[in-house]
Amino acid sequence: MGEYPDTYKYSAEHEWISVDDGVGTVGITHHAQDELGDVVFVELPESGTPLARDVVFGTIESVKAVSDLYAPVAGEIVEVNEALIDAPEVVNDDPHGAGWMIRIKLDDPSSVDSLMSSADYRKHIEA
Amino acid sequence: MVDFAGWNMPVQFSGLVDEHTAVRQRAGLFDVSHMGEIRLRGDAALANVQRLTTNNAATLEIGQAQYTAMTRQSGGIVDDLLVHRVADDDYFLVVNAGTKDKDYDWICAHLEGDAVADDESSAWAQLAIQGPLSETILARVIDVDLASIRYYRFVLTEYGGAPAMIARTGYTGEDGFEVYLAPQHAEDLADRLMDAGTADGIVPAGLGARDTLRLEAGMLLYGSDMDDARTPIEAGIGRVVKTDKGEFIGRQALLKQRASGSDDRVVGIEISGRGIPRHGYGVLTADGQPIGTVTSGTFGPTLRKGIGFACISADHAIVGTEVAVEIRGRAIPATVVETPFYRRQG
Repeated sequence: MGEYPDTYKYSAEHEWISVDDGVGTVGITHHAQDELGDVVFVELPESGTPLARDVVFGTIESVKAVSDLYAPVAGEIVEVNEALIDAPEVVNDDPHGAGWMIRIKLDDPSSVDSLMSSADYRKHIEA
Repeated sequence: MVDFAGWNMPVQFSGLVDEHTAVRQRAGLFDVSHMGEIRLRGDAALANVQRLTTNNAATLEIGQAQYTAMTRQSGGIVDDLLVHRVADDDYFLVVNAGTKDKDYDWICAHLEGDAVADDESSAWAQLAIQGPLSETILARVIDVDLASIRYYRFVLTEYGGAPAMIARTGYTGEDGFEVYLAPQHAEDLADRLMDAGTADGIVPAGLGARDTLRLEAGMLLYGSDMDDARTPIEAGIGRVVKTDKGEFIGRQALLKQRASGSDDRVVGIEISGRGIPRHGYGVLTADGQPIGTVTSGTFGPTLRKGIGFACISADHAIVGTEVAVEIRGRAIPATVVETPFYRRQG
């Protein structure tokens, strides 16, 4: 429910990234999906798209609002979660797991170091 | 909780889609006490209502309500509202929260003859119970013959020893009631309705669901779909403009517009693909010419598609016309459709 995995890193824009062997899986946090409400559309780019850090790579739309998705690190998209096209509500149900959005091959593995730990993120959302 | 016209109101409780679906299938409870209530009384009350509004209030029976509009000389809408005929010399107007002060000032400035207007808004709380199980649930809490209250009819009663009014009206497209009562008893009624309806699956519902429900039901929102610059004819509610009923403020302008046609019309649109139309988004012809803007839009949880209202040039405001909505820089195909988008069964 409010569990922010310690192995993940978090951005100020409420995204999380989980890195495994140079590839980061990215999604939005529980806090973000809670604020958005029922997600109805997720617009994601194609595999192969290069991303610079902090660029808008897509949008997530709930019934009442649209939010931009920001790249937490620079890299190249190697996989996109196609399941979200037909089942966007998965983002609400499992934001830290099945609700993942893209996988990026990081340009620089150390680029995640400057992101927040789960403890720092929890403080960030309480502020 | 958000600020809505100066009121602290919940956007949602369990979730917008949850609440919306509950109202369509079972029942939802809304606290709509933010709405304004203005009473006109006196021998000239009806004459004033007739002069201030576009619909024909003379056809109302005691205990009957009608949807209508107050218009300016230009024909532009001051507000849309419900007029309830309480007695031959007593009319209860229910107006939008955000425009209540403007409406009251407008009414007072135009009152003529033996009539007084009172702003009773702070004296009334309002709870709306909406959905197919509304009557069943409300009947457990209030000892009134609800089955005999027809659509757009109301009865006067009491709750907690103070005056109350129960109207079979609503802003959702479902069967339901709007209960007007003394503020000090509203929490009690709300609690009792929630208790009485638990087994039937009643849920509290907020502003988010209120908006998706009314949109699917083809109902307009003042401030989004219409304002002082838009006439009822342009807004697509020409059915409440009864120019034959006698003189009223704006009649000349509306007669003229009816005769010559309006430049723009508010119509229903439905996105053909994926996308949600929202207030302010541009509307284009199928080949990219700008023809208007979206006035309100959402993703209809029951219909599961992007729907909305748009004010577009009259030539294109024809059901079946293929248009496009500009969503984040892309022209997404849409169609002009009949409203309501949703109609309840039975």
